[in-house]
Order: sequence, then C-alpha cells, then structure tokens
Amino acid sequence: MKARDILVGMTCASLLGAAVLASKAQAQDSIYVPLLTYRTGPYSGSGTPIANGMHDYLAMLNERDGGIGGVKLNIEECETGYDTKKGVECWESIKGKNPAVVNPYSTGITLQIIPKAAVDKIPILSMAYGLSASAVGDKFPWVFNPPATYWDGLSMVMRYIGGKEGGLDKLKGKTVGFIFLESPYGREPLPLLQQFSKDYGFTVKEYSVAGKEMQDQSAQWLAVRRDRPDWMIMWGWGAMNPTAVKRAAENGYPMDHFIGVWWSGSDDDGRGGGQTAKGYLSLNFNGLGSNYPAIQDIKKYVVDKGKSQVEKDKFAENFYNRGVYNSVLVAEAIRNAQKLSGKKVVTGEDVRRGLETLNISEAHWKELGFPNFAAPISGVNCTDHNGHAPAYMQQWDGAKWVKISDWIQPMKEKVRPMLDEAAKEYVEKNTGWPKRTEACDKSS
Amino acid sequence: MGLLYQIFIDPFVQMGTAPDLFVQTLWEGLVGGMLYALIALGFVLIFKASGVFNFAQGIMVVFAALTLVGLYNVGVPAFLALGLSIAVMFVLAFTVERVVLRPLVNQPDIILFMATFGITYFLIGFGEFVFGGDPKVMITDQLYLPKGTITYKALGGVVSLQKLDIAAAIIASIMVAGLAVFFSKTRIGRALRAVADSHSAALSVGISLEQIWVIVWFAAGLVALVTGIFWGARSDVSFALDVIALKALPVLILGGFTSIPGAIVGGLIIGIGEKLGEFYWGPLIGGGTDAWFAYVIALVFLLFRPQGLFGERIIERV
Amino acid sequence: MLYREAGQFKTSYASDQAVFPILQDRVGILIILVIAFIGIPVTGNDFLINAVMIPFLIFSLAAIGLNLLTGYTGLLSLGTGAFMGVGAYACYKLTTVFPDVNIIIWVIVSGFFSAAVGAVFGLPSLRIKGFYLAIATLAAQFFLEWCFIRIPWLYNYNVSAAIEVPQRELFGIIITGPRASAQTRYLIVLTIVVAMTWMASNIVHGRIGRMWMAIRDMDIAAELMGIRLLPTKLLAFAVSSFYCGVAGAMLVFLWYGGAESTVFSINESFTILFMIIIGGLGSLLGSFLGAALIYILPIILRFVPPQLGLPLHAATVEHMTFMITGALIVFFLIAEPAGLARLWQIGKQKLRVWPFPY
Repeated sequence: MKARDILVGMTCASLLGAAVLASKAQAQDSIYVPLLTYRTGPYSGSGTPIANGMHDYLAMLNERDGGIGGVKLNIEECETGYDTKKGVECWESIKGKNPAVVNPYSTGITLQIIPKAAVDKIPILSMAYGLSASAVGDKFPWVFNPPATYWDGLSMVMRYIGGKEGGLDKLKGKTVGFIFLESPYGREPLPLLQQFSKDYGFTVKEYSVAGKEMQDQSAQWLAVRRDRPDWMIMWGWGAMNPTAVKRAAENGYPMDHFIGVWWSGSDDDGRGGGQTAKGYLSLNFNGLGSNYPAIQDIKKYVVDKGKSQVEKDKFAENFYNRGVYNSVLVAEAIRNAQKLSGKKVVTGEDVRRGLETLNISEAHWKELGFPNFAAPISGVNCTDHNGHAPAYMQQWDGAKWVKISDWIQPMKEKVRPMLDEAAKEYVEKNTGWPKRTEACDKSS
Repeated sequence: MGLLYQIFIDPFVQMGTAPDLFVQTLWEGLVGGMLYALIALGFVLIFKASGVFNFAQGIMVVFAALTLVGLYNVGVPAFLALGLSIAVMFVLAFTVERVVLRPLVNQPDIILFMATFGITYFLIGFGEFVFGGDPKVMITDQLYLPKGTITYKALGGVVSLQKLDIAAAIIASIMVAGLAVFFSKTRIGRALRAVADSHSAALSVGISLEQIWVIVWFAAGLVALVTGIFWGARSDVSFALDVIALKALPVLILGGFTSIPGAIVGGLIIGIGEKLGEFYWGPLIGGGTDAWFAYVIALVFLLFRPQGLFGERIIERV
Repeated sequence: MLYREAGQFKTSYASDQAVFPILQDRVGILIILVIAFIGIPVTGNDFLINAVMIPFLIFSLAAIGLNLLTGYTGLLSLGTGAFMGVGAYACYKLTTVFPDVNIIIWVIVSGFFSAAVGAVFGLPSLRIKGFYLAIATLAAQFFLEWCFIRIPWLYNYNVSAAIEVPQRELFGIIITGPRASAQTRYLIVLTIVVAMTWMASNIVHGRIGRMWMAIRDMDIAAELMGIRLLPTKLLAFAVSSFYCGVAGAMLVFLWYGGAESTVFSINESFTILFMIIIGGLGSLLGSFLGAALIYILPIILRFVPPQLGLPLHAATVEHMTFMITGALIVFFLIAEPAGLARLWQIGKQKLRVWPFPY
C-alpha cells in the first residue's frame, strides 16, 4: 500500500511538472547552433568523435574570438541516438528557437527533415551524407551537402581503382564487391555502381549487412571468399566498420584492395583490426592529426580547460577532425550570412544565403588556421549545393591513418546528370513540392 | 525451371565443387551458433530456476564485457579486472534479487518478463553513463587468449580456423560440462531443480528461494561475462551487441526453455542453418536472410514440436 | 465531494451497464474532448502539437491495437512495429497508385492490409501461446522488416529505399506533406483516434470482446462454452493489426512525413508493449496512460534539467532517461502490477467515498 501511495504522489507531481513545462523564448543575443549528435546507441562509436569535433571547434571560436563577428554562439546538442524518431523530435524542439543551421548527422533523419526545411525556413547542412540529389539547388534550396556526394565518393573510388589497374577499361571482366549497411545510406551509391559496371564491363557483387548483423558478418565475408572480387568497396557505419575490417583480414582478403567511403575511416575502424588491418584504405577529405594552428587552439582554449568531452588520447583523430571540418563550414556560412545580411544575429534564412555563397579558398583555409587541411570549397552556388570537392585516399598502417594519394577529383560529368535526374524524380514523386522562390546571391 | 535448379541443385553442386568453402561455412556456423547457445544458456539457467524469462541477458553480456574492458582501461591489471567483473556480476545478481525479484514474487510471468525489460533499460543507461557509449577493443592479449589463424590446405582449398574461436569452443564446453555437473550432482543444483518444479513445494522443504535466485542470476552473469569476452573479441565491445540476444530466442524455441543441452544443440542448429541458408540460398532472394532465417526455422519448429527438442512437455497446447 | 453518484438512479439495464454509468464521468470525458478538439489546437504551440500530442495519439492507437490482442485476448505479440509498417507501406502504395482517392480513406483502408498480414502471422497462435507465441511473432517482425527493404516495389524503387509522403488535400486544405499545418494534422489524427477508440470500446464491451476475454481467462473453458477458438483468435489478430496498421500509416503520413524500414524496428514493438503493460493490460484507458508515460516522460526528462538550470550534457540526459525509464518500469510493476489504469480506478474509488476510507 505504501508504494502505491508514493506512486499516486509521484503521478501528481509529474503532472504538475508537465504543466509547469511551458515553452519559453529567451532574448536573442546569440546565434543558436543546435548540433544533432549521438553519443549513445549502437552507432555511438562513429558519432561520439564527430560530436566532440563539432562542439569543440565552435566552443573554441567562442573562447578565442568571442563567437563569430562578435556574437556568441549558443551551442546545444540534441541527442538522437541515430534514431529517426528522436531526430524528428529534436527538429521539432529546436525549430522554435531560431536555429542558424541544422546538422542532422544521419541520412535517415536528413530524409525526414528535408521537406520540413523549406517550410520552417531552416537550412540543413548534411556534410557529405544525406540525399545525394539534394545537391541540386534549384530543387532543394534549403539543403546543402558539401563537399561531395556519395556518388562523387564512389566515382573517386573508381578513379583510384582505375589508377591502380592502369585504366578503368582494364576492369572489364573483373568483379567489384560492394558491402554496405542495409539502410538508405548504404543503398545510395548502388545506382551509380550499376552504371559504372555497365560502362566498364565489370561485375558487381552486393553484400548487404543488416543493422542487427553488423557485429557478425561472417556469412557476408564467406560469400566474398567464394566470389573473390578483385576490389571491395564498403559503405559502412558504426560498429559495422571495425567488424568488416576484422572479417576481411581473417578471410585473407588483400587489405589494399579494400576501400571504404569517408564514413568508414575512423581510427576505431582500423584499431579493431590492429596490425591485421594494415593496408586498409578509405577516402577522406579532412586533414589528419593535430598539426594545424586551429586544432592547437582547440586544445589550448577548450580541451586543456576541460571544456570538452573528448578523451585526451582520442583528440584530433580522424573523425574528430571530420567534426571540426563540419563546424568550419557552419562557422564560415554564419560569417558569410553576417556579411550578406549586415546583421549580427543571423537567422536560418540568412545562413541559407551564407551557405549558398560558401567559398573557402586555399588561402582562406590557411587564414582560418588550417593550412592544407582540406581541398578548397569553390563550387557551391545556387544551382550546385555540393561543390563536388575532391578527396584523398588514406591507408591504415597498423596504428594510424596515413595519407597516400593526392586529391582525387570526382567524375562530375557522370555524377551531375544522375543528380539532376534523381532530383527531378524526387520532385515528381512529391506532388506539391514547392518551386524555388529564394533569390540568388553573388558568391562572396 | 531455372529457379528450381537454383534452389534445389545449384547449392549442392557448389557444396560439392568447393568443399573447402562448405567446411568453412559449417565452421563459421558452429562458432556463431556456439555464441548464440551461450546467450541461450543464460536464459535457460534463470528460466529453469525462477520461471523468469530474462530479457536482460543480452544487455548483461554487454555490461559484463564493458565492465571488464572499462576497468582495464582505467589501469586495473587484466586479471584483477576479470575478478572485479565477476564481483560486479555478483552484486548485480544480488541487487536484482533484492530490488526486482523479491517484491514481485508470485506475480504472473508477464510481469516478471516486463521487469527484466526495466532492468535492460536501466543497464543500458547505466552502462553508457559509466563507461561511455563508444566501442572498446576487447583485451584478448592481456587475458592470454590466443589469436591468429590456423590454416589447413585441404579439400582443394583453404580452411582457416581462428584460434580464438577454438578457445571459445573449449571454454564454452568446459563451462557447460561444469554447469551440468553442478546441476545434477551438487546439493545446490538439486535445490535449483526443486525450485524449478515448484516454488511453494521447494519452500516447504526448506530451500531458500532468495539464495537460489542470487545463485542462478550470478551463474547467468558469469555466462554473460564469458559470452561477452568472446563476442567482444570477435568484433568490438559495444552496445550494438545487445541485439544479438534476440537471436537466442529462436534457439530457446528449438532447444526448449528448460534444457541446457537443448540450448547448446539449438544454438548450433540455428548457427549452422542461418549461415548455410544465407551462403547458398540467400543470394537468390537478395541476401540478408540471416536477419530472419533463425526465426522462421523456429516458427516451423513450433508448429510441429512446440516443446522444443529437449524441452519438457509443459507447454499448454490449445 | 463533487464525485458522488448519489441521486443518480438507474432505471434500465442499459443505463446500468453503460460504459460511463456515472454522470461525472460523462462530463469529464466531454471536457477532455473539448480540450482536445478545441483547447489544444487553439492555444498549443507547434512543439506541443507536433512533437507531443500527435505522436502520443498515434502511439495510443497502436497501444490500443496491441491491447486488444495482448490485454483482451491474452496473446502476446512482439510484431507490432512490423504490422504498423505494413499499414504505412500499404498506404504509400495505395496513394501513389491511386492518387485521386482521398488520403484519409487510404489510411483507413491500409489497416485492412495490415489485418490480413496479421491474421496470417496469427496462425501459429492456434498451437502455441505465451512466450512461444511472442517468439513466433518475432519472426513476423523480422521477416516483414526485411521485406520493407528487399522488395523495392514497396517503395517505388526509391534510391534511398525510403517512402516519402506526397502532398494531399481534403476540401482544399493541405493535410499531408510538409506544408500541412500542425493543427490540421492534429485534428485529423485526433478524429481518427477518437473514432477508433469508440469502436474499440464497443467491440470489447460487446459479444466479440467477451469471447476474447473468455479465451484469455481460460481457453479450454471458452471452447467448452461454444466459442470457436480458431476464428476468434484470428479475429483478434486481424482487429489488432488493423489498429496497428492505421496507426502506422498515420505515423508516416501525418507525423514523420517520410520513413525508412528502421522506423518499424523491433524497438517500436517493445515500446508499445511497454505502454500497455505500464498502462494496464485489458484497459483502453490504460493504453492512453501508458503511451503518455512511455512517450512523454522521456521528453519531460529531457527538458526539465535545462529548465532547472542544471548544465547536464545531452548524452548524460539520454543516459539518465534510460535509467529512469528502466527504474520506473520496475517501480510501477512492483507498486501496481495491473498498471496505471488500475491506479486510476483506485483513485476514483477513493474519491467516491472521500473523506471516509471505505
């Protein structure tokens, strides 16, 4: 009986609490930058370092420069657990607070919120993930996915393979295996891969890994052993990556013929396999290590002051830097927006214009404290929301990632028509898709 | 015709022409199945003694492995960490008995089942809170677990066996044998079986239910720790592991809820079945069949032999 | 004081057996409906309507569906998520193939597809029950989930294997798609949920409901009394899946605005099972209370610490949410295994005799 009384009391209290919970609007003297991150759940292995990187760069701007253009950034994380439902909840909870830009960090969540972006006037920055077709700015004025789409990524992988084989024509009659996480993200590159296989006459073998099976994968890798593909390409995420790398090594697959996309290249992915993973390749578009002035600033202003959640030995790992890269884009877009609008506290609409005119030249990267950190972002404009920037190949040497190639350019001529086609199809299927009414700004 | 050929003939031709791959598939199936069996074993132990269908077994596996690695990472020597993990599992068993089971004595099964959901949620939150959500590398070297591969050139190809898997098989067998002896030969084991038959009858002959429950939950915790070490070594220690626990459910159907040998045999059948199915027949329907294959085997089984392979015939038939 | 039934005389059996025999209850329901239909859309902000009320109502409907099966008929199912998915995908196919028919009709019709699938997977219930049946329904869950991603026809060969909600109108008002206002969608969801709850209430208080409960309480006795087990159990599966299917279609079309297969994962099934067990097995009210507790509690937990000025990190809050939810489940089960609905009844009983204890 006593427990029951407590229960009644608690129920009443919680009802009261819910009633008190009214929404509040705080005065806007800062720019609200929500970060949809995931430090929990099965994908937290990939999510945590990115979340740290994103948070720490913006926090460093606050500490070092007092924000952007003299305005503090109000950084707030919303935990999604890589779960679409929670992601949509996050969107609903932040949209009233005038966010500058939203980074969903999950292709699934991105797909859900793309239609909402134009209605709620909040730009989405899905940095090298999300819907490839959203690179078409005429159709998706509110969505940005620089520096490169998955299709660009695949074309870079093919270019690299072509380079090793002595020309893509040499692939005729060979087999390319594609192992992917069974999700919108993993499936995205398939149409282009089929296209390549038609163009160059190689066979494609698909190996799909369901989210539930991602820590096992023995059946998939046995099939790889049977089919003996000449190259393996991986679109994996979270706990799938280290397991795949381990299984590949166990099954004696030549690791230097195994290439992951940029999301399959975290330090954890290689570390799980350790020495046996030596030779594993993955794409990357951000610099490695902490040898950049801005990263040192992050250490000085944020990490050493204990304002970061990053573990000391995981500071400036590849995915951490990836998060930093993401935040650089956010910060530069906000800076652009301030310039364009003349306001200090910019809104989502201003940042959309800022993103559309995003241009980070090599000199500007250097100015920001990231010399040679990444390829210049120059191709973003009103019709192209992506830029199709190049990436490079990195290799696991048994303990860390090493850059082994120059910038590899994507095959824009192949990718662009497919993007236009996909965007057209998306709009056709979504009857009532709004026409672009947003004006176009000159590139800054 | 072509389809029939692909279903009924082609896979067997493949088995014949590439026997090394067939053997390798069987081996992978055995290893996978053994790990399913270990998780199922944890379920069976608790179900046998307390009639609780312990949904939390999967997260206990993760929690045990995380504790071990987490302790090691903060500087505790490997074997001390192992000992401390065992102690943690005991504390967990004790707490669960005190806080959850004791107040719920005599409630319907479904309520106890739900309570283990509560335990699952709590352990997920608690584990991530204490150890962080990022995946960790299992400390195989420090525990002197063998690594590397034994490769046989046989059957016109190569069959490679992971030393770790062999070690897992040996340790699992020893553990199962130990449990079997414990159950059939010792006083506590007999008390456990008495409790499984009837709570009130066991109480009336002076068996302490509380004590028995702590013991079985602790035993299940130990099984979870061993499972966690080996699953963790095969991939990573992360929260993605707890979904594997769901695989133990079809194993239980096959083996019966109360039979230890059933759990083992069921695990092996499911493991081998799903690997062979995915490898030889999966490509026909697009692959990824291992997500549901085990459940369909179990479903078919249920229709013909609802009590499982070795289960006692207690299931109510309608 | 106000809650007294003195002076309310029942003059016919019908009024004595009414669902709400006491005047105050009827008034209470009326007030709740007025608040729900008028108060919330007029005064509520977007967050309350879009992120709290709409999903709460949809999950309540799914919980009612599962409750019909588990609470009233005593058949445990873990395939709720997949049955919701069947509804969603059926609705998507129907509205893309026949775009001229009103979407609301398709939302309802998609329930029938779900019902058919549910009945098929309910077949094992004739031989097995309890946990065994639960595991059989797990097969449905995983198999259907696999179908959602492996049969490209279901999502019209979309590159990302996702379904997107096209814009549809009713009397010239946009009701689906991103441009539909939260209020419109809320009112549609509310109308459907209220109507279907009323239907469910009639079913469970009528002949069919009594047959189900007879089977739940003792199947052999029920059979001896002339209830045919096969059709009755399959009917329970079908009706339950119908409710889940409609809930699933609404989930995608009136809330998410797009979905992929992972939305209908096993976690969804578990969440809804939590809802009915915490809320109360075999109680429609319990379905609502359970949905409120399981769905809204984490949202409150997430927003309370910042309100109180506690600088907790987003991830920490998430961990806490998990721990508190888990602890609450155990606590509720210990305090009141029959669920929140029973607690509500006790409260009402106390109110009736207040200030006296008995």
